[in-house]
Amino acid sequence: MAEENSPLIRFQSVVKKFPGVVANDRVSFTVAGGTIHSLLGENGAGKTTLMNILYGLYQQEGGSIYLRGEEFKIDSPTRAIELGIGMVHQHFKLVENHTVAENIAMGLSSASTIRPTRAIKRKLLELAGQYGLEVDPDAKIWQLSAGEKQRVEILRALYRGADILILDEPTSVLTPGETDRLFEVLEDMKSEGRTIIFITHKLDEVMEISDVVTVLREGRVVDTIETRSTDKTELSRKMVGREVLFDLEKSSRERGPKILEVEGLNAQNDKRVQAIRDLTFSVHEGEILGIAGVAGNGQRELAEVLTGLRNATSGNIFIDGEDVTNSSPRTITDREVAHIPEDRMKQGIVGNLSLKDNVILKAYRSKPFSRGILINSNLVQEHAEKVIEDFDIKVPGPDTPANLLSGGNIQRLILGREVSSNPRLIIASHPTYGLDVAAAEQIRQLLLEQRETGVGVLLISENLTEVTSISDRIAVLFEGEIMGTVESQEFEREELGMMMAGTPLEDLERRKGTDQGQK
Amino acid sequence: MKDRLPFKITKRKNPSGFAVITVSFLALLGAFIVASIVFWAYGANPIQAYKALFSGAFGGLYEISETVRRATPLLLAGIGLVIAFKAKFWNIGAEGQLLLGAIAASWVALFSPVPGPLMIPAMFFFGFLAGAAWGLIPAFLKSKLGINDVITTLMMNYIAINLVLFLVQGPWKGEQQWGFPYTDKFPASAQLPTIGNTNVHWTTVLVGVIAAFAVYFIINRTTPGFEIKVLGSNPAAGRFAGMSYVKTTLFVMTISGGLAGMAGVGEVAGIHHMLRNPSELSLGYGYTAIIVAWLARKNPIAVILTSLFFGAIFAGGDAIKVSLGLPFQITDVFNGLILFFLIGSELLMSYKIEWRQS
Repeated sequence: MAEENSPLIRFQSVVKKFPGVVANDRVSFTVAGGTIHSLLGENGAGKTTLMNILYGLYQQEGGSIYLRGEEFKIDSPTRAIELGIGMVHQHFKLVENHTVAENIAMGLSSASTIRPTRAIKRKLLELAGQYGLEVDPDAKIWQLSAGEKQRVEILRALYRGADILILDEPTSVLTPGETDRLFEVLEDMKSEGRTIIFITHKLDEVMEISDVVTVLREGRVVDTIETRSTDKTELSRKMVGREVLFDLEKSSRERGPKILEVEGLNAQNDKRVQAIRDLTFSVHEGEILGIAGVAGNGQRELAEVLTGLRNATSGNIFIDGEDVTNSSPRTITDREVAHIPEDRMKQGIVGNLSLKDNVILKAYRSKPFSRGILINSNLVQEHAEKVIEDFDIKVPGPDTPANLLSGGNIQRLILGREVSSNPRLIIASHPTYGLDVAAAEQIRQLLLEQRETGVGVLLISENLTEVTSISDRIAVLFEGEIMGTVESQEFEREELGMMMAGTPLEDLERRKGTDQGQK
Repeated sequence: MKDRLPFKITKRKNPSGFAVITVSFLALLGAFIVASIVFWAYGANPIQAYKALFSGAFGGLYEISETVRRATPLLLAGIGLVIAFKAKFWNIGAEGQLLLGAIAASWVALFSPVPGPLMIPAMFFFGFLAGAAWGLIPAFLKSKLGINDVITTLMMNYIAINLVLFLVQGPWKGEQQWGFPYTDKFPASAQLPTIGNTNVHWTTVLVGVIAAFAVYFIINRTTPGFEIKVLGSNPAAGRFAGMSYVKTTLFVMTISGGLAGMAGVGEVAGIHHMLRNPSELSLGYGYTAIIVAWLARKNPIAVILTSLFFGAIFAGGDAIKVSLGLPFQITDVFNGLILFFLIGSELLMSYKIEWRQS
């Protein structure tokens, strides 16, 4: 059956449906052996679903998958592993309380019953050395960083002899340095003849790492092209079906009175270590203040203190001139403050409740949705339908449980909920984290629209491009302190970078001053 | 190629109503099958035993009335547990809350100056308060101090049992009871009317049915009910939305303990007309109510049916004891098996079997 020159993998009219959605619609394309093949698409485009079919987690309802010219029914991951397919999921499938070696031994038929990890360790270290994927076999998973966990997942796939490796959004958990390391490893594996399928929605990564790219949109293949014969603009057009506005239109407008004022704010993190120090800043009506900085420099604690979820140890927070320091989240919500939380699945929605219930998660106790303690279900239904339409949430209906929605749709749901309460201040934590280009752009556009209507926005984000593209002013946070605040037109990107690395603005200006003095 | 199973097990996020009912029935069937082995081991013919059980529960008007009588405390306590379980508060303490209700009702009947016509309402009112107070202690410990609710609610049962024992053997021991550990008999104004010659104190049944619909309404149509659903599913999101975990937990346990307390009122005012040994007052109704709530899949209206089902097992268990000479504890074995299979089947509901096409 198998022909010499047939492609390594061929998808032939693969169809997969979920209730109310066609996740994969007659998907056909081929992957050549020994290449890095990107699957590019927005959230919900069907990339992960398709790869879950290849890995045997889902079964297609129509169409076929051919490996080296031969048709296979891959009905379980076990079967996929037998066929040499390995997959590293976006959310790692590791047992946190077990060691690295134990996680690799798990489910491995060749592992011995007694002391299963002994023989494994040696081969594991060998593999790790070969690819520069250093990891301590005896370390417990929970002790590892996200990047290390990913290494364990890759090693596990390699250990099982995977020569086709699927990586689902592998860089979303990595630091820039770790990403570079990962790409080197992938190149090494390619040069050995392994095949890598790389799921992503980041255009830069596609251009950097892959040989061929298949673009998916709404479950369909838009195109499969060689990377060197295309560019980012073309890819983004294919991905979203229209040109993405990388530069958002932003009107210059007079900023209004102060809506949020923070004075000398101090707070601790969960480990009772000081996390933010003497923060003083303000947000005006009709202004976006961006808080830039590398993750873990007090951003989370700042958002929590401002929204009443964490107590300040000293200092004051004023909303519209009123002192709300250490008030409850409800009091702050009642001051017309909206909050887009950092972890949308855990903090933003209640997954097993309906979209309808999630839409009124905050407004349920105020008119018109309820009077006294009675909830007006008809009105809630209407409101939910309106939010679905206004914010373009792709969902069968208001009764669908929120956990069936994709990331972008969940974020639009949260934003729709928060914005429809007509806030005067929005505190947005990483609002576009993990979203695809179009969804992220839509979210930014929504924030700008809010700014137009006179809402003050505090945008906390690690994405520097995002912060610089929509903020009016930017404050840089480093180790809990503000290194400086600059007007968004009057800075150099390099300066922001230096502030993010811990150089205060004053020092930069002094240095600049002396430079000019010497000239 | 290796041989493979002809089916495959996959996960599902939201089990359909049909799946829930099918799985629940299969769980009951499993429990019945295993219980028949127990019957058989006792030397009884399982089929005969089930016949005796059925006719003991539904064989005639009297049998049916006994079923309803046993179902009454299960109904009230079961509804209370439904609301607690909705909020993911694991109230194992309905037994103690029920006994506290019985104590409060006995106090009203025997020692309070409440005039006759107000006696019954006062007993239910104070019974509710006492049960609620007993439930609020663990609610407070959990929500404020993070102390495990399963352990505290369970331990509170033993305190309640010994409190009743102390009262009936000590300060409240009746003068006309020839030294038995009973309180004096309640005055006639503190005794609930029954239907004909049966033991069905219909007032309590009515209270229970009203409570079922009221709790259904609270959960689905009111703001406190919305908070219960949210905090029971994702406490972090509830906190972000400004809901108070402490307040909701206290509210939930006021209702949960209060309803169990009213079940206790019904038992002393409707059946015993006195406070007596806890093992005679309650046949472990507070524990069985856990299974009642679980089988109802946390739906308060369904508790009306499931409490009747377990009422039937209690009534039928009585009949088996008489007709087949089996120990009454067989009903405990039965109930235990049902809970075992129900909890085991939870897992099955979140998965489905897909047959492979050949």
